Amino acid sequence: MTSSPPAVPPGRDRRSRRDSRVGDKIFFNLTRGSGILLLVIMAAIAGFLAYRSGLALSKDEGNFLTTFEWTPDAPKPVFGIAVLAFGTIVSAVIAMAIAVPVAIGVALFISHYAPRKIAQPFAYLVDLLAAVPSIVYGLWGALFLVPHINGLTSWMDQYLGWTYVFSQTVPGATPRNLFTVGILLAIMVLPIITAVTREVFRQVPRMHEEAALALGATRWEMIRTAVLPFGRPGIISASMLGLGRALGETIAVATVLSANSVLSLHILDPGGGTFAQNIALKFGEAQPFGRDALMASGLVLFVITLVVNGAARLIIARRKEYSGAAA
Amino acid sequence: MSTVTATASPSEPLVRRELTTARLPKWAPLGTSVLAITLGCGIGAGAGLGSHLQWGLISAVLFLILSYALAAKVEGRRQAKDRFATSVVWVAFILAVVPLASLTIYTIQQGIGVVNGNFLSHSMKNVISSGPGGGIYHALLGTLEQVGLATAMAAPIGLMTAVYLVEYGKGRLAKVVTFFVDVMTGIPSIVAGLFILSLWNILLGFDYSGFSGSLALAILMMPVVVRSTEEMLKLVPNELREASYALGVPKWKTILRIVIPTAIGGITTGVMLAVARITGETAPVMMLVFGADFINSDPFNGPQQSLPLYIWQQYALVNNDFGYARAWGAALVLIAFVMGLNLIARGIARWRSPKSGH
Repeated sequence: MTSSPPAVPPGRDRRSRRDSRVGDKIFFNLTRGSGILLLVIMAAIAGFLAYRSGLALSKDEGNFLTTFEWTPDAPKPVFGIAVLAFGTIVSAVIAMAIAVPVAIGVALFISHYAPRKIAQPFAYLVDLLAAVPSIVYGLWGALFLVPHINGLTSWMDQYLGWTYVFSQTVPGATPRNLFTVGILLAIMVLPIITAVTREVFRQVPRMHEEAALALGATRWEMIRTAVLPFGRPGIISASMLGLGRALGETIAVATVLSANSVLSLHILDPGGGTFAQNIALKFGEAQPFGRDALMASGLVLFVITLVVNGAARLIIARRKEYSGAAA
Repeated sequence: MSTVTATASPSEPLVRRELTTARLPKWAPLGTSVLAITLGCGIGAGAGLGSHLQWGLISAVLFLILSYALAAKVEGRRQAKDRFATSVVWVAFILAVVPLASLTIYTIQQGIGVVNGNFLSHSMKNVISSGPGGGIYHALLGTLEQVGLATAMAAPIGLMTAVYLVEYGKGRLAKVVTFFVDVMTGIPSIVAGLFILSLWNILLGFDYSGFSGSLALAILMMPVVVRSTEEMLKLVPNELREASYALGVPKWKTILRIVIPTAIGGITTGVMLAVARITGETAPVMMLVFGADFINSDPFNGPQQSLPLYIWQQYALVNNDFGYARAWGAALVLIAFVMGLNLIARGIARWRSPKSGH
């Protein structure tokens, strides 16, 4: 009664099955190979930079960690990362201090405060701005922000100069300083931190929020008791992603900062430097040995960003486990 | 009886007062903000503060204080805190919008007058850089070639890695790859440039070229492609895979013919977003492509130019008003290119997004 399926010639069947097994094997190895290739690239980056840095460090006449100058191509090569490390950390800290609170505010605005008609296009706009190239931020920072922020820095020097940190050695000096760099970096990382934080806020269980409201909480109390605790790991990891970008930013810093090798706590004084900015600026005139020295500072930057990003990812991964968001 | 009414009547208005506290009228936040801005501008103008940034900051602080004080006086502390939080969120919103809007508007303003047919179709060859004239044709060509080469390298590798992670990845290797892909997303572009420099140019002895720049760009692009493709492949419903297996289709064919075509819209979006990201990278290009004033259409030989590098050189090396003008023109073209890619990519994502599986 039931029509049997058309018989397949046994030879062909076996052949196609063998083909598919071979095909599977090839395909599996290809995909696994490209995964391994990524790991190899990461290892190679660390390996090559470490090798070249080793060459450079063995001939460094100064202390790599505490020397201020960067003159590797001088007859007596002296170079150190003290100024660069200081500048990188200070500008990143300023950027974070400004960007994180504002980003949390903007994310809350998009997820909980804004009328829906504004929220959606605005979220879209923020995502779009995350794609603006850093050289454009740099150009804008150097030609628009620097002249316009002059009044603010002079004012800070005048009224907050007693803090030492905010006093200018030359009052009214062009604000191509670490403070301006920090503000520019804050503007640059804001879209990234906002995008990640917003997604986390959006995942807050609706029940938690409604429960808080049902108990008579105001909107702020609801956010403080339901939204922020749920979103805390997300905020931390988003901030660290932003921090990673701020630490490694090259060209925007190089356009704005007028660099020198002075380590000064007066953050409104023009000067200082960062790892990435120093590499970009010194690279053009560097001799082969100078390049190796720059690679040593590049290795330090690589390790720092690796640690920051790795920590951020671990926090995100842990969060997935307990929130059930992975399901 | 009479005692009950006697006690009830005086207490009644008291109870009512507790149930409905006084509220600020609906226009209060708007009124407060107008007042704060007026006061802020007044103080700014009165004190002769040169920078309009300060006027804005003073207004913002005044707005926060006023809205808290007003609400605390009329509505009580809890409501005042709520209003204060709302005000803070709005101020954060405005603080974020102002620089980003200023950046976009200023770039358009400065660049729009520079960009014309001549600017787009000429190089800087035989142009005295301290004078007017010249264009970005060589930079556009270089950018397109470098980014194209980088995409040709990074997209297949990224795609296959994502396939491995989603379709095959179970063991420890997959976990390690996932972690390092995430970490790799955060590699500073200058470090990728240094790596290619030490490997390709110093160890293997190749000269500056567009291709060596695209090697660095490919490193920056791979993890982005992997991440977005991974997300898209995860959205493909398992039923499709199972239906294919049930028909006797081998796994590799299922992936190539069923899984990837289903997710192709999202994958395209991810690749385009990654392309948009690397198009704007300056640092690795600066080290590896070197820059040139003339048209070099061969990415494998000799220095080339690229748009971000062109902007940097016009700003930092030429460093006069003509250079700035050219830099703004190129910046406008670059932004338009990147934004255009983004818009198209997101359009595709909306148009062809797979329905999420169970």
